[in-house]
Amino acid sequence: MQHLAIFPILLPMLAAVFMLLPPLSNSITRQRIFAVSIMLLLVTVSALLLLTSHQQGTQLYILGGWQPPFGITLVGDRLSTMMVLLTSVLGLCAQLYACAGEDKDGMYFHPLFMFQIMGVNGAFLTGDIFNLFVFFEVLLIASYALLIHGGGKQKTKMNVHYVILNLVGSSIFLFALGILYGTIGSLNIADMANKIRFLDEHEQALAKAGGLLLLVVFGLKAALLPLHFWLPKTYAAASAPVAALFAIMTKVGVYSILRVHTTIFGEDAGALASIAIPWLWPLALLTLTMGAIGVLASPSLRLTAANLVIVSVGTLMLAIAMQRESATSAALYYMMHTTLVTGALFLIADLISKQRGKAEDRYVIARKMRYGKFIGIAFFIAALTSVGMPPLSGFVGKILILQATQGLAETAWVWAVVLLAGLASMVAISRAGTTIFWRAAGENTNNEKISPLKIIAVVLLLSASPLLVVFGGAVTDYTNLAAAQLHNSVPTVTALLPGGNE
Amino acid sequence: MEAIYAFCVGVLTTCGFFLVLRGRTFTVVIGLTLLSYAVNLFLFASGRLKLNGAAVLGKSAEYSDPLPQALVLTAIVIGFAMTAFVVILAMRSRADQGDDHVDGQMPDQPRRLSVSDKRNG
Repeated sequence: MQHLAIFPILLPMLAAVFMLLPPLSNSITRQRIFAVSIMLLLVTVSALLLLTSHQQGTQLYILGGWQPPFGITLVGDRLSTMMVLLTSVLGLCAQLYACAGEDKDGMYFHPLFMFQIMGVNGAFLTGDIFNLFVFFEVLLIASYALLIHGGGKQKTKMNVHYVILNLVGSSIFLFALGILYGTIGSLNIADMANKIRFLDEHEQALAKAGGLLLLVVFGLKAALLPLHFWLPKTYAAASAPVAALFAIMTKVGVYSILRVHTTIFGEDAGALASIAIPWLWPLALLTLTMGAIGVLASPSLRLTAANLVIVSVGTLMLAIAMQRESATSAALYYMMHTTLVTGALFLIADLISKQRGKAEDRYVIARKMRYGKFIGIAFFIAALTSVGMPPLSGFVGKILILQATQGLAETAWVWAVVLLAGLASMVAISRAGTTIFWRAAGENTNNEKISPLKIIAVVLLLSASPLLVVFGGAVTDYTNLAAAQLHNSVPTVTALLPGGNE
Repeated sequence: MEAIYAFCVGVLTTCGFFLVLRGRTFTVVIGLTLLSYAVNLFLFASGRLKLNGAAVLGKSAEYSDPLPQALVLTAIVIGFAMTAFVVILAMRSRADQGDDHVDGQMPDQPRRLSVSDKRNG
């Protein structure tokens, strides 16, 4: 269908608007049913879009009929449609979990949630770097409000930091866009990739500054080393479904780095080829190390999960820094796995903290949990996967990334740091598990029940991990093709500029 | 003209970053506002500064680029909304924490040694 590419943006936007209007706005039950059905529809649409773009080639949606490079385009290639599907699945699970009661803690949870999904999907689908900024703002302003959802001192405090940091980030983003537009003369990603080779020498220096400023902004979103300090406490303070959804937010940053620094500043960019790579290598290694130290030092499961996000960002950045097809393909596989599993881990941390009364999810001795068995099994699976032990998807993802290092000068570094970070996570997670599940004192007095919706959400997210292994062949075939599409930018880019290049 | 313009953008950005790095939410909000002014001027200049350039084709031999103006407009709208949000958030934070420091409380100042402290060791 011709208009398929814009549905992942339109659907959540319209849904959010409808939920602010009378028949839905005054009943939380109606909102829940509506929101979940919209999310189910969104998953279907995203899957359809992915299939269409996989079989019929990149879906180009030209808004208003303005031929690229003028006007606004949406680009549904293999990478972006995959990310949209990932967002929809994660969003559906987080939403199901929230429907069990968290959405009543504050107002407008569902509309804000939809706006957030719209922003994330838009950021993935847009083919224009200024629109990337606009969609970043859409997803950010929704995330500001979602983060504070439920209220409380800790949330307000973390939200102030988060908002200020991101506003400064947005200013830097605009400076970078101004520089790039002033030198390259275009904001369409494909067109920029075409034109960047023909810059003069003095313009090259400016464009380089612009490109590296973009790296700063995306690094802030992705929580790359010197810019990651906001993440652990912010994610730990957010309510569980919001934290689970935020698992995709760092991936938006990772995706943007991947897109901008392989399509625009990729191997074909002449003098400006791979300007980010010398920065990415040390930063990625240090991010991974800092994440591992953070995991070891965390006093509660939520903080551990948040630090595992940093570990996963470091791993992904390493794969991007390698700048080869096999590594990008591995990164995409790892990205799917880590997004879903981190989401699950945040939800499980919330289940645990609801069951243990005052001890919450901190690593202290507390009373036994009533549903210890179910939560224990779920935790065990999530832990195995996020640490990267066989036979689940974390293991496969790590092996793929380690394999991709073959022949690089940095191989020894990558292997050592990735494996040591894995070891640190394993130590921390096993300590967490033994404290929470085995070192209990006294019988449980807690009558808190677990809503079936929460169980469904957690099981759905966790089932992704074995599924990613069982269908590993098909998935890696797909990620290989997506990576190839991203790296062979010349044919890809030309296809995106019909008649725009006379 | 270019030199004055560039100087203004530079001063605004410097002041903005300085204020953003301060500890109280009010100065931080002012800093963010200054930064967004600087950004808007900067974006406007990315289409090059030109006097009497027509924005519509076929009206003049000299054209000015209309796209930066559209970009600035978008940036202004977004910046305005964000400033409104951050002001409300700062007030909420002041009410919740009982302090207008961005961390919710003043950091512990390292105590200065007074003359009597020195004397006692």
